[in-house]
Amino acid sequence: MQRMTSVSGRAVPLVLDDIDTDRIIPARYLRCVTFEGLGAHAFEDDRKQDPSHPFNDPRYQGAQVLLSGRNFGCGSSREHAPQSLMRWGIGAVAAESFAEIFFGNCTSLGIPAVCVDRASLESLASAVQADPTRVVTVDLEALQVRCDDLVVPCTMPEEARQSLVSGQWDFLGQLLDGAAQVRETADRLPYMRQFAAG
Amino acid sequence: MSDSDNLFDKVWNQHAVGTLPSGQTQLFIGLHLIHEVTSPQAFDMLRERGLNVMYPERTIATVDHIVPTESQLRPFGDVLAEEMMSAIEKNCREFGVTLLDLQDSRQGIVHIVGPEQGLTQPGMTIACGDSHTSTHGAFGAIAFGIGTSQVAYVLATQTLAMNKPKVRRIEVNGRLASGVYAKDVILHIIRRLGVKGGIGYAYEYAGDAFDRMSMEERMTVCNMSIEGGARCGYVNPDQTTVDYIRGRPFAPQGAAFDEASRWWLSLASGPGARYDDVVRYDAADIDPTVTWGINPGQSVGIGEAIPAVASYAAEEQRGVQEALDFMELKEGQSLQGLKIDVAFIGSCTNGRISDLREAARIVQGKHVKPGVKALVVPGSQLVRKAAEEEGLHAVFQAAGFEWRGAGCSMCLAMNPDKLQGREICASSSNRNFKGRQGSPLGRTLLMSPAMVAAAAVTGSVTDVRQLS
Repeated sequence: MQRMTSVSGRAVPLVLDDIDTDRIIPARYLRCVTFEGLGAHAFEDDRKQDPSHPFNDPRYQGAQVLLSGRNFGCGSSREHAPQSLMRWGIGAVAAESFAEIFFGNCTSLGIPAVCVDRASLESLASAVQADPTRVVTVDLEALQVRCDDLVVPCTMPEEARQSLVSGQWDFLGQLLDGAAQVRETADRLPYMRQFAAG
Repeated sequence: MSDSDNLFDKVWNQHAVGTLPSGQTQLFIGLHLIHEVTSPQAFDMLRERGLNVMYPERTIATVDHIVPTESQLRPFGDVLAEEMMSAIEKNCREFGVTLLDLQDSRQGIVHIVGPEQGLTQPGMTIACGDSHTSTHGAFGAIAFGIGTSQVAYVLATQTLAMNKPKVRRIEVNGRLASGVYAKDVILHIIRRLGVKGGIGYAYEYAGDAFDRMSMEERMTVCNMSIEGGARCGYVNPDQTTVDYIRGRPFAPQGAAFDEASRWWLSLASGPGARYDDVVRYDAADIDPTVTWGINPGQSVGIGEAIPAVASYAAEEQRGVQEALDFMELKEGQSLQGLKIDVAFIGSCTNGRISDLREAARIVQGKHVKPGVKALVVPGSQLVRKAAEEEGLHAVFQAAGFEWRGAGCSMCLAMNPDKLQGREICASSSNRNFKGRQGSPLGRTLLMSPAMVAAAAVTGSVTDVRQLS
């Protein structure tokens, strides 16, 4: 699997707090049996209500880095949310904090989700708003987000960072490797033994 | 087990398989619940890699999110919903997973079915591709929501790659006033700790207010842990827990039940248990609580006014103003008397028999205000049957409520039950996000089922304690 050490590209600023996954992908688009085509519906209702929404803005089309606020991706566990962002073109998210299920879903998809303090996020957003062609880099080895001269630190749980930079973010293979130990653990659990004595 | 271990530590340690190269724990999952929305892509991942389900007997499927609650005849009018139903039927058949489908009298919302069938037990790790899996923590299980890739991991390996969270003990002591319910307790907690206060934590709910709660009340509280940012929340198992489980279809029977009870009770956090954080609230401070905004932390006690924007931290004020604008409400305004268009009683938060009994008690002998659309959606077919045996359906129907089949219904807008336009809904569900109930511009006021019942009969937000 590909090593995910950095993502570079133009950025789209959406520095708001508590953006929930219903807003990222409205529930009616979860009536599907594949994730194909979800990119077209990312933030659909917000975009309809606000023509100036950054995802509508021609200057931000093709952006790969999403900048957001606190508690990004809260609410529903739907993996359809990061899937829709990914299929819209997002390869990394920098935000003040993330809801945990969303964060785990991003990692499973190889999307780095890094935390950046609010002041630095606002600086990055301002730089991008002033010139949307600027390239923003999320660097998982240096733990930095860079935009020209602006270099700000970012954080990420070390386990998730490690799995991304080592190219082991698809956990299925690793989990399958542990099958023998899984059976041993299961055999020790009282409920797996139907609470039989001994 | 050390005396300083809390329940979370004990359960986690018994389920830890090993440490992965990334440093995460490989955690065994004792019960996996699946439904039609977040599982089809996971089964396809298994097919692509030629994998089987490792422990098919540890996964149970039901259908809830997309099922219509009016006519449940197949094929559904919605071809996309029909396609999803066919997919879960095919997947369960091919991979040997038990499916409680619409023809099965045990069908219902996945978080109502698990406890009802005795599948949910203390000391288990429980995962489901749904954030309200935290509900099952009411039994002293570690239960949390996962995404679809993780559903595939559990199917193929019965494990997940997890980081152990910190544990915050939330104590509520004292007696809840009449008219104050479990729903008000959790809305109060989320209001105090914030919708992101629980990030990185599991919540342990404790104190005599929880000791006195029924299992259904505990489920309501644990259900909304995720709305406070905590991926899981739990209550320590006690005699109430044991009594609830006894005799249920999937519960251990006879001598095995006694053995199980001993193990379950041994897992409870002891007096020497350590926590990363402890907070305490007084039950007497909790009023019937109603949300005014677009996240579940934006709420007030029914007697309070909506807080001033300036009372929030500077960086939060933009979000608060956005919420007020969307809801067409103003700071300083009281919610009492606010007209509603729809009243919804149901969901995995408040779609259980005790919720319906309490709501029926309120509406008995009254009538839904003309112009209000009111519906009661039992959380499972068994809840519906029990309610009908008690005559609750007749009470609701006589009052002008629609009496529906089991499903998620108007909680989440994936089926025909949706708000229209700018409608305002008094709702016993769990999320007041923009667009959550199906109309992008629809507005949701979260409250207890009793408060929804009171709003339905008066046509506006009403303190249930003042209803004659």
